[in-house]
Amino acid sequence: MTDPIVVAEGLRKSFGDTHALQGLDLSVPQGTVCGVLGPNGAGKTTAVRILATLSVPDTGHARIAGYDVVREAGQVRANIGLAGQYAAVDEKLSGRANLRMFGRLYHLPRRQAYRRADELLERFGLMDAADRPVLGYSGGMRRRLDLITCLILRPQVLFLDEPTTGLDPRSRGEIWDSVRELVADGTTVLLTTQYLDEADQLADDIAVIDHGRVIATGTPDELKAVIGDRLDVTLEDPAALPAAMGVLNALTGADPAATGAGRLSVALPGGRLRLADVVRELDHAGVAAADVTLRRPTLDEVFLRLTDRKETVR
Amino acid sequence: MTTHTPPLGRLRWTVADGLTLVGRELGRLRQEPGQVVAALIFPIVMVVLFGYVFGSAIQVPGGGDYREYLMPGLFAMVTFTAMQGVMGRMAADASHGVMDRFRSMPMARLAVPFGQTGADSVIGVPLLAAMVATGLLVGWRPHLGPLATAEAFALIALLRYALGWVGAYLGLAVKDEQTATQLAPLFLPITMLSNAFVPTEGMPAWLRLIAEWNPISALTAATRRLFGNAGAPAEGTAWPLAHPSAAVLLWSAVLLAVFVPLSLRAYARRGR
Repeated sequence: MTDPIVVAEGLRKSFGDTHALQGLDLSVPQGTVCGVLGPNGAGKTTAVRILATLSVPDTGHARIAGYDVVREAGQVRANIGLAGQYAAVDEKLSGRANLRMFGRLYHLPRRQAYRRADELLERFGLMDAADRPVLGYSGGMRRRLDLITCLILRPQVLFLDEPTTGLDPRSRGEIWDSVRELVADGTTVLLTTQYLDEADQLADDIAVIDHGRVIATGTPDELKAVIGDRLDVTLEDPAALPAAMGVLNALTGADPAATGAGRLSVALPGGRLRLADVVRELDHAGVAAADVTLRRPTLDEVFLRLTDRKETVR
Repeated sequence: MTTHTPPLGRLRWTVADGLTLVGRELGRLRQEPGQVVAALIFPIVMVVLFGYVFGSAIQVPGGGDYREYLMPGLFAMVTFTAMQGVMGRMAADASHGVMDRFRSMPMARLAVPFGQTGADSVIGVPLLAAMVATGLLVGWRPHLGPLATAEAFALIALLRYALGWVGAYLGLAVKDEQTATQLAPLFLPITMLSNAFVPTEGMPAWLRLIAEWNPISALTAATRRLFGNAGAPAEGTAWPLAHPSAAVLLWSAVLLAVFVPLSLRAYARRGR
């Protein structure tokens, strides 16, 4: 296996009394998507700014494509693209003029910069709006323009800092499609997001960070397995809740949680359970179930558990 | 595209990147014809307001036509807009994330501040030309031949460039488009605290001192002298008004020596 293309070791960064990063470690293999998840203020943006050479860590170091982000910032910049939370393009220029300008600033010869601008506009569906000022673009179009501006030089590593925050579902889907296309081309993507379904959709690996430190890593499935599958039961008669709780407790050894009127949910930590058994035991106890579902936990549940447990440990 | 580019190559890219940013500013103007029209109407408004409204009640020292006296002051005023122009554009880029994009790109570190101040010099030409044309229309004339006239415009261009760097630093310091917009109206009183519109002789002593050391006053006095316009300062004025051309050169040198390094450092700093 080749060396990871993004490596961060022991990154620390403080702003006065605020410790944004407290020893962050990260490793992203080439050609994969790494989703960095964390609540607001967890240090996601600070980490991206350091990796993209916009900020310098207090201690620790990071390498992108083998280059040190502090000492070899110039080489790092030649290999990365950064799309921020807000569209970092010139609103007063047209989409085409923006891409041409940034192409020139990437030191492409004029004709090549112009050709690349048209290629990208065509491929990412912005050709119709190419000559309108960005000011008149929809939120999704702006983000897409922001994203493709990073692609002018075909960077090896792309940093996407909350690329779909504030977008409607359809625009989010379009950004996701664009990201998938890039990954198919071999680009490595480091994506921060607050939307867990976004990480679930796009990321090969996920790093959950909280209080400036990575508290869990793994594939979405591995993280879900940590808290195990869940069993959801909806009762026909809410009054049967205590009886149903007893049955589920006996079956799983865990305490079920009431999630609504006549609704129960229980974790199945590593346990194997057949739905038929559940239905039969409930029937024996005289409890009528309207719905019994065995499901994987959502990433939201994993996230809440992980960030919550961290709090109680502290 | 590495940091090992030889110095000459780096210089070439700084110039090339700067020119790209000049092109960007011109492209923006093309998208905003309203702004161009406003910029061209502004001189007419100023000449009517000062030349005919206030001017009807102002005595020119040593006698002479007030509009002859006024025009060099208005040229200096236009020159001073470089500061708020560059400040506004830098602050807008900083608050919209465009500056971060520039910083994350493998472009010359010096290109953005040099490009923005250079672009402003280019933008300054039509702005000044509009004011000059309005002046010619209302009877203002340069009287001392092409050489002195060229010298006057050279001083204007030099101070404009230096003031652009002050604006670049302020823009990088405030980092916020709204703050920059709120600061902009404060610049007008600075231009008026000078000899641009009225002689300084009548001001209270403390105010007169400030007005006479204002670089705008030096530029106004220097260009009045070089154009041969009315209103040479009376005896006993402060040094900058007695030697106005030297004062403009000195002011420009000082502003550049202070604000070029400050701006470059503020741009290259990697903090937050």
